[in-house]
Amino acid sequence: MSLAKPMVAERLERPVSSRGHSMQIRGLSAYYGAKKAVDGITMDIPANHITALIGPSGCGKSTVIRCLNRMHEVVRGARAEGEVLLDGENIYGPGIDPVQVRRLIGMVFQKPNPFPMMSVYDNVIAGLKLNGRLDKREADAIVERSLRQAALWDEVKDKLQASGAALSGGQQQRLCIARTLAVEPEVILMDEPASALDPISTLKIEDLMQELRERYTIVVVTHNMQQAARVSDFTAFMLAGDDRVGRLVEVGPTDEMFTRPTEKRTEDYITGRFG
Amino acid sequence: MSAELLGQSRGSSHQGDSLFERSILSLAFVPVGLLLLLVALLWYDAWPALARYGVRFFTTNTWDPVFENFGAAAFIYGTVITSLLGLVIATPLAIGAALFLAAYAPEWLQGPVAFTIELLAAIPSIIYGLWGFFVLAPLMRSTVEPFLKETLGAIPILGALFSGPTIGKDLLTAGLILAIMILPTITSISREVIRSVPDNQREGMLGLGATRFEMIRYAVLPYARPGLIGAAILGLARALGETMAVTMVIGNSSTRITPSLFTPGYTLASVIANQFTEADKEIYFSAIVALSLVLLLVSLVLNVMARVLVARTTRGPLGVRN
Ligand SMILES: Nc1ncnc2c1ncn2[C@@H]1O[C@H](COP(=O)(O)OP(=O)(O)O)[C@@H](O)[C@H]1O
Ligand SMILES: [Mg+2]
Repeated sequence: MSLAKPMVAERLERPVSSRGHSMQIRGLSAYYGAKKAVDGITMDIPANHITALIGPSGCGKSTVIRCLNRMHEVVRGARAEGEVLLDGENIYGPGIDPVQVRRLIGMVFQKPNPFPMMSVYDNVIAGLKLNGRLDKREADAIVERSLRQAALWDEVKDKLQASGAALSGGQQQRLCIARTLAVEPEVILMDEPASALDPISTLKIEDLMQELRERYTIVVVTHNMQQAARVSDFTAFMLAGDDRVGRLVEVGPTDEMFTRPTEKRTEDYITGRFG
Repeated sequence: MSAELLGQSRGSSHQGDSLFERSILSLAFVPVGLLLLLVALLWYDAWPALARYGVRFFTTNTWDPVFENFGAAAFIYGTVITSLLGLVIATPLAIGAALFLAAYAPEWLQGPVAFTIELLAAIPSIIYGLWGFFVLAPLMRSTVEPFLKETLGAIPILGALFSGPTIGKDLLTAGLILAIMILPTITSISREVIRSVPDNQREGMLGLGATRFEMIRYAVLPYARPGLIGAAILGLARALGETMAVTMVIGNSSTRITPSLFTPGYTLASVIANQFTEADKEIYFSAIVALSLVLLLVSLVLNVMARVLVARTTRGPLGVRN
């Protein structure tokens, strides 16, 4: 992989499951203007697994996950320090184009955000269109494949030309997942992807994540501990101290975190004593 | 939001509330009533001319008070041409400026520039008119129009727009002054519309690997489009009704309809302003009132269209069906 000059076309030719992609976070701190929001996060994100970020509201989960594809710096005045490695290459290194980073590390947001002026079909290929013209046959194939991967094909195959905003909330979120899958990223970041959805849609998204794990490396933020326990392989627990700066408390295999956490604060949070 | 907060109280069990409601309701009808009254009064005075000339009032371009031949076609033409000219020149510049302000300009620059633009929108039109009369029109005559005539005027079909003597007080200059006058209006509304595009639309596009330019092109502009069209239509409505500045630079002389933008002309508003004091006969007066009725209705229709379009963008996702 080369972050400096990856071509989507080139990546499309590569067999998808040829190898997994892992990430490492090294001493990551994030700021909003002069205010430090997150301090010194260091952890690993193993390939083809689901890593959950949990912690009470405001502890910096969204901030951290947005640092993983350089989306954090899109906010005016926001910046990050430290290193985030994708397959060993620092995405904050000199000469790295954040646009290319985001092509390799896709993101699904808390609130479903399909493009309302585009059809379902165009929503799915929106990212690919950025790379130039697609011929119709190729586009059709990608749309179908992505929607199938997002478990949405059967529900929308007859209304591909309807507005992306005409779907239900759960369908919109799966459309956003399909749109992310269509550009074949290496890692998928999800910031509370089901928090705006009803329980049935939530389950669908959770099932979907299990399937996607085969092909993708996934990081998911959730403030729902049951969800973290259900879906993730690894769990990282974050907490903001009295200074309102978020820090990593501990990270480990999910079953261990939920059965015998090493930190007292993790246990308190998991057993519902605060947060 | 609950029904109470929206002002739709459940049942009117409280005497005071319902009285209050009813008086508020009647107040709400005041502007509507005023508008209807205005239209009715104009209609009443315009009727003699409309009845006498019928469709000819809109299709002929003789305007002869002596022989009582009144046709508004040249004025409608002048209004439409100058307004569209203003719109075509102003809209791309305004949207460009709004995009720059909302998407590229550093924070410290945005406030002052936005404020200046609001200020420009508030300058009385007589000031634009004076400037147009003393600065713009002479400049058009001496430099801009001869230049256009020599360059664009040589092109086959298109050249017809830039032919004839260059007088400086003509449709082109009027269109230009209108462009300058509506530029601030369109810019500041466009800026609001662009700012109201939710961040999640921008981030969604960036998250797919879009550059800043692609994000604006594929996420911001499509989402904002109805609102931007609305902004342009509000600008157009302002141009249609603009009187003072146009009257000072349009020449106020010819009722010919020719393709050349170098033709001096009239707009509906400028002819009303110029001639209402001279209307000594009843039918002349009636014809002038009929002009104002036409102008009023055109602006009304355009304003309503603009509002519907702007509301569609600012009210949230489009195309939502349940
Ligand atoms: N756009 C922003 N501007 C300033 N401060 C922010 C912004 N977004 C988040 N913060 C602050 O950063 C901290 C972490 O927020 P966030 O990462 O959203 O937490 P979480 O996702 O865990 O709820 C909070 O104190 C929050 O107030
Ligand atoms: Mg969050």
